Amino acid sequence: MKTWKELTPGCVVTEPGGSTKFKTGSWRTFRPRWIPENCIQCLFCWIYCPDMAIKVKDGKREEFDYDFCKGCGICARECPGKKGQKAIVMEEEGK
Amino acid sequence: MAKVVAVTGNEAVANALRQVEPDVCAAYPITPQTDLMQRFSAFVSDGKVKTELILVESEHSAMSACVGAAAGGGRVVTATSSQGLALMWEILFIAAGMHLPIIMPVVNRALSAPLNIHGDHSDAMGARDSGWIQLWSENAQEAYDNTIQAFRIGEAPEVRLPVMVCMDGFIISHSIERVEYLEDEEVKKFVGEYRPVNPLLDVEHPVSYGPLILPDLYMEYKRLQHEIIWNRVKPVVLQVAEEFYKLSGRRYGLFEAYRLDDAEIAMVILNSAAGTAKDVVDDMRNRGIRAGLLKPRLFRPFPYEEVSQALRHLKAVAVLDRADSFGAYGPLFTEIASSLYPYKDRPVLINKIYGLGGRDFMPEDAEKVFLELQDIATTGKVKSIKQYITVRE
Repeated sequence: MKTWKELTPGCVVTEPGGSTKFKTGSWRTFRPRWIPENCIQCLFCWIYCPDMAIKVKDGKREEFDYDFCKGCGICARECPGKKGQKAIVMEEEGK
Repeated sequence: MAKVVAVTGNEAVANALRQVEPDVCAAYPITPQTDLMQRFSAFVSDGKVKTELILVESEHSAMSACVGAAAGGGRVVTATSSQGLALMWEILFIAAGMHLPIIMPVVNRALSAPLNIHGDHSDAMGARDSGWIQLWSENAQEAYDNTIQAFRIGEAPEVRLPVMVCMDGFIISHSIERVEYLEDEEVKKFVGEYRPVNPLLDVEHPVSYGPLILPDLYMEYKRLQHEIIWNRVKPVVLQVAEEFYKLSGRRYGLFEAYRLDDAEIAMVILNSAAGTAKDVVDDMRNRGIRAGLLKPRLFRPFPYEEVSQALRHLKAVAVLDRADSFGAYGPLFTEIASSLYPYKDRPVLINKIYGLGGRDFMPEDAEKVFLELQDIATTGKVKSIKQYITVRE
């Protein structure tokens, strides 16, 4: 961690794009778990995620980006799942 | 060559702002500052300055616009009084925390309630902990000179902090006095071209202002802010004063010591009332009473060490506050008491609250205080530490 002597006065951030280095995933209390067999690839989770924490490659969703997912649970709520089975469930962290 | 004019304090400060010609001014009218900004806006309308004048809907917005313009990379000014300064409160801390050298004349006025438009120091004293540098001015000349010096102090690369220049509402802002103006070119040369640091408008070097700083780093930023205002401002104030003396012939320091060296008793008093009190010091001297006076100029950062050296040899000192800190001693008193605390041999201190809401402070009021001090110096007995004067009991 930096000491006060190493800081820029006024908290000015002089390096662009620095927010990607600030990992906010540790704020999470509930962790979303993806269940691929129930996933219909509708990408509702990707649309609704407020933190771009769902990685998509070639039009298909992949694993969560847990460095930035804060566990808000919106994805799990919006997930239509398959035949009544959710593709995203929220589980308490550390359990 | 200096030009001698007869002007009000507001007129003198508005002229200083015209001579500096800042990039941006965002302001909202409030008595007794209104006349200052009205005059400056006339300079803008008449094409005397190229300053971008932003008319806003409140002082909260005025200071917010100043923060934005200063972060953008401009030399920025505003001015306010009383409730206006109170409404800016939230943004004052942001301007200081972001190290934006905004210059703001504060035409000191009482705070409501009860509603009152006249001069006292409650407004600026309420803002003393905001991180702004504060310069206080006895008269129109000092307000003019302090305004010009404020740009150099606030914009110094090792400082980069906002500065308030205080003068008493109506007593100074609306009274006509003799003032010596510097030439426009002299002022422009003295303040120099503004050099922005990390300006938002420099798109080649993108920066972000106002990030969230959590407990792991917040205190380090405050430690840095403390370091800058605590250690770096005083030398700059003195250096700028020295340069200003060479330009104008008028000397400034951290405070004015008036007949203090061989004094036994003294008064510490800010702004316009110091002028009245200095007259009474002379009168006391003529009567064989060794009286003196200390008038602070730099109130933030407060020069504890220097003030204590100027006062510690005295027998008794009265600190006069034109503002109350309700439930506590006056704000100036607590600073003087703190500065003298480290010394075993120190004067007896008393605190007088005077002149609130523009109540007159007359020579006989100062005389009473000096006579009480003389009594304390002789007997060592203090009747009350904090007392309201110029009031009907």
